[in-house]
Amino acid sequence: MAGPAAGNDPGDLVLSSLTKRFGPFTAVDNVDLSIPQGSFFALLGPSGCGKTTTLRMVAGLEQPTVGEIRIGGHDITYDKPYRRPVNTVFQSYALFPHLTVWENVAFGLKRRRSEQVDSQVADVLELTELQALAARKPAQLSGGQQQRVALARAIVNQPAVLLLDEPLGALDLKLRRQMQVELKRIQTEVGLTFVHVTHDQEEAMTMADTIAVMNAGRIEQLGAPAELYENPATTFTANFLGQSNLIRATVRDRQAESATVALPSGTLRVPASRLPGGVDDVWVGVRPEKISVAGEPVHGEAIPAGLNRIPGAVVTDASFMGVSTQYLVRTPWGQELMVFEQNRSSAGIHRPGDQVSLSFAAEHTFALDAGQDAEAGIDLDEAPS
Amino acid sequence: MPYFLLLPGLLWLGVFFVVPMVFLLSQSLQTGTLETGYQLTFHFATYSDAMAQFFRQFLRSFEYAFLATVLALLIGYPLAYAIALKSGRWKPVLLVMVVAPFFTSFLLRTLAWQTILNSDGLVMKFFRGTHLIQLTTALGWTNGSQLLSSPLAVVTGLTYNFLPFMVLPLFASLDRLDPRLLEAAGDLYASPLSAFRRVTLPMSMPGVVAGTLLTFIPAAGDYINSRLLGNPNTAMIGQTIEGYFLRINDYPTAAALSFVLMFTILVLVSVYVRKSGTEELV
Repeated sequence: MAGPAAGNDPGDLVLSSLTKRFGPFTAVDNVDLSIPQGSFFALLGPSGCGKTTTLRMVAGLEQPTVGEIRIGGHDITYDKPYRRPVNTVFQSYALFPHLTVWENVAFGLKRRRSEQVDSQVADVLELTELQALAARKPAQLSGGQQQRVALARAIVNQPAVLLLDEPLGALDLKLRRQMQVELKRIQTEVGLTFVHVTHDQEEAMTMADTIAVMNAGRIEQLGAPAELYENPATTFTANFLGQSNLIRATVRDRQAESATVALPSGTLRVPASRLPGGVDDVWVGVRPEKISVAGEPVHGEAIPAGLNRIPGAVVTDASFMGVSTQYLVRTPWGQELMVFEQNRSSAGIHRPGDQVSLSFAAEHTFALDAGQDAEAGIDLDEAPS
Repeated sequence: MPYFLLLPGLLWLGVFFVVPMVFLLSQSLQTGTLETGYQLTFHFATYSDAMAQFFRQFLRSFEYAFLATVLALLIGYPLAYAIALKSGRWKPVLLVMVVAPFFTSFLLRTLAWQTILNSDGLVMKFFRGTHLIQLTTALGWTNGSQLLSSPLAVVTGLTYNFLPFMVLPLFASLDRLDPRLLEAAGDLYASPLSAFRRVTLPMSMPGVVAGTLLTFIPAAGDYINSRLLGNPNTAMIGQTIEGYFLRINDYPTAAALSFVLMFTILVLVSVYVRKSGTEELV
């Protein structure tokens, strides 16, 4: 039982080589995870990536084919769902329609024969601002209110781990934003471990301390939101978390600090720390908002020295979006890159057909093994789950 | 005005319910004979006489109907539960099997029970072999050495005949039950038994109420089962009414008995529905 070091803490959730197969299909493939107590952890991935199955195994609603689930060092892999210190906020909420809000929230406490049901329910209803609705039935509540009841019904039990299965999926955008903030506040207040499954990368980045990006049953990359965003390790992460421009390149000159990579025309510099070792064929990536557009011919100091440059490009599309302008720019080798530029310059926006130079800092440039599909993870985040 | 759409229904209700009702009520207050003709004399004594004479048949009807309803519920609930939640792809086949008896007439199905329960049958052999027959006779459910012509046979027949009316509404309410609610109950520390008691059963109450009503009401008025499977001492009120209408031709007494039966059922049902508090669930 030599788990990761963090596994010794009292409430840590540790998954070891967790695997789930449905017939020939492997939904979850040898996942190892250690989720520290009190953290807000997001499992992020497109539908069918295995994130919900992972969650259901932790809840006890699915049996793992292989592997082990521990909470605070205690093996719960084969415990019945009703014997686990785990509660779930279901995607469908699954509120009991024949019970009032109060009775829904009290359900778990009563089953465990808790002593102070009344006061505990009252506290949680206050925390979730549901006191006024305590006597209502679920059918008499709005979507957002039902969502809060589902949350209250779970956290009132003070579980070691709270599982949230796409909890905001059924809400409209505005309410979703509001609930993201609310969920984060409640998590901070109650200090429980939240494991949040979502396909919405923005939701994951807004709320979670740590994100595990899942794809095809495996953990693609694990880290803090900013770290994943700035340093994607795979093309899947680069595309699924935000957007990326990936350009085929060959490593020419490796040095201690940085390397030079050759594009179809011209070269770029990539920090050595962001270059995969051992391969020379790479995808060079840069996030759209890191790129600046300057009209050609470039005058004097318009592009400071030391930046990566792609000269001789042509604007093919410009969409003015208020705070920023979204450009599609065709490079000399015919690839279209996406650029988001804040509307700060007085020069106005560039028009389709304008000759431009693109520039971005070398430290915003990353490189990934070209053995991967450059399209991986594109357009998956909008898929319904 | 969309109210005219109600017209066919109202017309149907008027012709086939209200008019016969009024006619029946008037008949029950008439005096006379079939030969001399009947006169409306507001003879309320028919009611008290009929009740005094046939009170035992009334009581027996409700007793048998109650027993049959309880038995049908005990048999029907697990059956409906299994079909709705555990049968997988066999669900349609099993449902057809529940309804299949309706392809044969009620009378024939009841006659079949005469064969099933007769003295040479397997059931009788089983009862004799296990000496169960002594037990049922001691309890007054059977008389001596046979199963037929006994209260047991009548209640068995009633239970069998009205079982589909119990199973179908139960199935309908259990089939609608979202299995995710049971997952949620399990997640909230409810053992399977507790989840059944706290979620499945209350959620299926509309089906229980509908099923018991659909079983109890026709069973209370039934006369085929007690006629074919019972003896004179198991006569139910339906049998008496049938006899007074069709053989004795004492229409006022028959009409009065019909009215009392209907009224009693109406009262019982409204008390039951109110008590079970399912109005808002249905």
